[in-house]
Amino acid sequence: MSLTVNGESHDVLVPVHKTLLEVLREDLGLIGTKHGCELGECGTCTVLADGEPILSCLALPADLEGTAIATVEGMARGSELHPLQQAFAELGAAQCGYCTPGILLTAQALLAEEPQPPRQRIREALAGNLCRCTGYTKILDAVELAALRMSRVGGRA
Amino acid sequence: MKEAFSIIGQPLPKIDAWAKVTGETRYADDLVLPRMAYGKLLRSAHAHARIVAIDTARARALPGVLAVITGHDLPRVKFGILPVSQDEEALCTEKVRMVGDAVAAVAAVDEETAEAACRLIDVTYEPLPALMSIQESLAHPEVRIHEYGDGPNVHKNVALQFGDVDAAFASSHLVREDVFFFEGNTHMPMEQHAAVAQHGADGKLTLWSSTQTPHYVHRLLAKILDMPGAHIRVIAAPVGGGFGGKLDPFAHEIAACKLSQLTGRPVKIACTREEVFYIHRGRHPVLMWLKTGFTQDGDITGSHIRTWLDGGAYGSYGVASTFYTGVINPVTYKMPVYKFEGARVFTNKPPCGPKRGHGTPQPRFALECQLDKAAEQLGIDPADLRRRIVHEPFTKTANHLTVTTIGLGECIDKVVEASGWRAKRAHRAEAPASAPKPLWQPRKRKGLGIAGSAYMTGAGTAIYWNNMPHSGVVVRADRSGGVTILCGATDIGQGSDSILAYLPAEVLGLEPKDIHVHPADTSLTPVDLGSYSSRVTLMCGVAAIQAATRLKTVIARAVATKLGVAPEALVFRERRVGVAEDWDKAVPFAQAVELGEAMHGVLAFPGSYAPPKRAGKFKGGGVGPSPCYSYSACVVELTVDEDTGWIELDEVWIAHDIGRALNPLLVEGQVEGSIYMGIGEALMEGQVFRKGLHKHPSLLEYKSPTTLETPEIHTFLVETDDPEGPFGAKEAGQGPLLPVIPAIANAIYDAVGVRMDQVPITPDMVLRGLELKRQGKPARIGPDRLPLFRFKEPLAVESAFGQPAEAIAVRPFADPESTS
Repeated sequence: MSLTVNGESHDVLVPVHKTLLEVLREDLGLIGTKHGCELGECGTCTVLADGEPILSCLALPADLEGTAIATVEGMARGSELHPLQQAFAELGAAQCGYCTPGILLTAQALLAEEPQPPRQRIREALAGNLCRCTGYTKILDAVELAALRMSRVGGRA
Repeated sequence: MKEAFSIIGQPLPKIDAWAKVTGETRYADDLVLPRMAYGKLLRSAHAHARIVAIDTARARALPGVLAVITGHDLPRVKFGILPVSQDEEALCTEKVRMVGDAVAAVAAVDEETAEAACRLIDVTYEPLPALMSIQESLAHPEVRIHEYGDGPNVHKNVALQFGDVDAAFASSHLVREDVFFFEGNTHMPMEQHAAVAQHGADGKLTLWSSTQTPHYVHRLLAKILDMPGAHIRVIAAPVGGGFGGKLDPFAHEIAACKLSQLTGRPVKIACTREEVFYIHRGRHPVLMWLKTGFTQDGDITGSHIRTWLDGGAYGSYGVASTFYTGVINPVTYKMPVYKFEGARVFTNKPPCGPKRGHGTPQPRFALECQLDKAAEQLGIDPADLRRRIVHEPFTKTANHLTVTTIGLGECIDKVVEASGWRAKRAHRAEAPASAPKPLWQPRKRKGLGIAGSAYMTGAGTAIYWNNMPHSGVVVRADRSGGVTILCGATDIGQGSDSILAYLPAEVLGLEPKDIHVHPADTSLTPVDLGSYSSRVTLMCGVAAIQAATRLKTVIARAVATKLGVAPEALVFRERRVGVAEDWDKAVPFAQAVELGEAMHGVLAFPGSYAPPKRAGKFKGGGVGPSPCYSYSACVVELTVDEDTGWIELDEVWIAHDIGRALNPLLVEGQVEGSIYMGIGEALMEGQVFRKGLHKHPSLLEYKSPTTLETPEIHTFLVETDDPEGPFGAKEAGQGPLLPVIPAIANAIYDAVGVRMDQVPITPDMVLRGLELKRQGKPARIGPDRLPLFRFKEPLAVESAFGQPAEAIAVRPFADPESTS
């Protein structure tokens, strides 16, 4: 089948029960997508499908042909980091960094829909992404900072 | 300090931040090697059983299976992280002691085949009675989980007495006895444990693993595999969260090594989330009895604690954990005499071990809740009571621990002020509980609670007795002007790699980007004992400063010759070396390295750190000493819904005595993460079992706080510039977890008048407490009985309380001229 990931089209030949998470990591070498449970419980493996956050551990590639899939590797434009990535790095929002890709993508989807979300709205949007290191504080701060910067430069999500 | 800092104190990004936000960082499970095979462990479904037979024939016959091993294929040697508790086998041979014990392992061409093969292994078990609680294990001495220890199913029994507590109680104005229970919980790192082993044709073994302690794994692998340690290389991959859960050598690591040896291929074993819950080594469930005497003014006259730890099936770090339930309490407040009795009991559950705060959150919960009760009885504000009894700096505790700087008083002041404590508490005091109730009353009640705490900055003794450094650093200057740091420390997200860049950069006048940090590789890096006991920043930090200073001294000599000035006149800043008053002539750092190398040869220098030798001269005196202790104070404001029992945290104020914040951004991150984790322990997390099985071994059912349950956290850093720390720094990663749990319990009492002497505090407990209150019974939820148990005759040692601290910052391997 053909999968479009980060704007690149890939022909993949995989068993039909292989999850999107496994195909991304094992067949396409996109190891930036992590896993915390492989049961759809922790949000760590979140990727975007046509801009919507989905849990790649529960998604089957066969259902996603023709869908634009985005992973953390697709967030930067060339060497220019996405404002969310920049803010997460600057504010210490990534400690061990393991949950970070899933949180970045969930936040990216939120900001695309709602460019200036209040803090409570960010909390709600990220409630399905578990982080064990940060206490979420710096993550919320970083999303707010990125939203602010994106609104100043005319938006990019 | 003598000079202004350029790097220290700046809120800089971590040096690995860019890799982490782009998905570049390669954790253990991200490693893929050519011809790699995949392994799986077959784990026991019995909590306690004799292994009668294991038949692997059907598994071996499955196409795609490369090797199947049992414990009989490994050297028959038991191991354990502590020399006194060598009670584990990677693959059990005679019996299993918990659900989740591994009995066999498979390597296959893919994970699915390995899993299928595990299902084809036939194990015949003879079930034994499973002991699932402290009470059961003590009540059934005829069922022995292990044959060693301090009694049937008793792993460790300790008793220490520092002065006459009974005499102190006899002369006290108030004596309180309270009983508490702290449920066990688990680390739950977001990254599941994974390991990749490659046994080469040259007979050498490399293991990449998500471990917090490559050094101990290295040492133990040599023993377990019966291989020369010189032929084993252990590399800690960047760790996706540890919190103490990746500090033992594990079955999956050992099995991967053996399977690689047998198959001649690299082997990866990645654990599932369910396996991680059974690997555990987390917070001990602890039952506690605490008796403390007070004067009328609130001073503590003496304190006596008894702790019973539910250790689970193996020793792990349990002997240390047992001591930690007793030895750290006296570091916080003035306790002239002290007695501690503790026992760790084996049960047929996953072994407990070190989790963030290792053995100290439980007694901290007990002490801080009891202080709250005593303050109420004495009519003293709980914040004032704590402020009054803060320990004296630069003195010794009753149990012979040397305390250096103490910022606890300032911490209490900060959170009291920031939270509006006085106004809010006074407001509540205006409406006495006996006042006639208005016709309507709010169903939701707000409450405010406070607690203080202390934690060690690194264990003063190693896990195995030795006189070598606890941490080593090698610094090498390159002709490019770059500097390479080799250090065995393991970055588990706390930022140790960054600390290893900031400190040499500060010393040498460079930018962190100029420093290349190579951590945690037993073939390349000097030993660092591991990321535990909040030791890394202090121990690696001092070693890194020493190594960088030695490099600086040699470079200064060469540059001084070139410029015709005295070496002492030179300053290192802005990537240049020169005389401040004649900065135009300053030499670029790269050129300074060339001058240094021309004069001295290769520029590579070691730094070593070992803590001051301060262990008390009595058996057990080795657990508790630390170069210095961090202090925290916390105020929690929350709302309790009296209809549903639901507890909602409104805000948390925390002040932490960090000594010096080397990077305030990283310190705040550690503090906020600690508060979050403490909230989980206080309100929801529980590692609990039913008939041997974990009740909820999944991330959905094991409740942990999300963004919605984690309130706004207001962090204040207090700097005390400790003489023991690198540029004055103390720890931040564990201590701030401690006060939030009792602060929550105390706030619930303030809100609804129910004492919660047990955690986690769930809504049903609140409702039960309110019902007791309505019935006019004591409104308290907590344990009401203690096990029948005889502690050892206590080892009586004179109290060292109030004695002056001796030999501050006198440590092995220090350069004679260096003072900080």
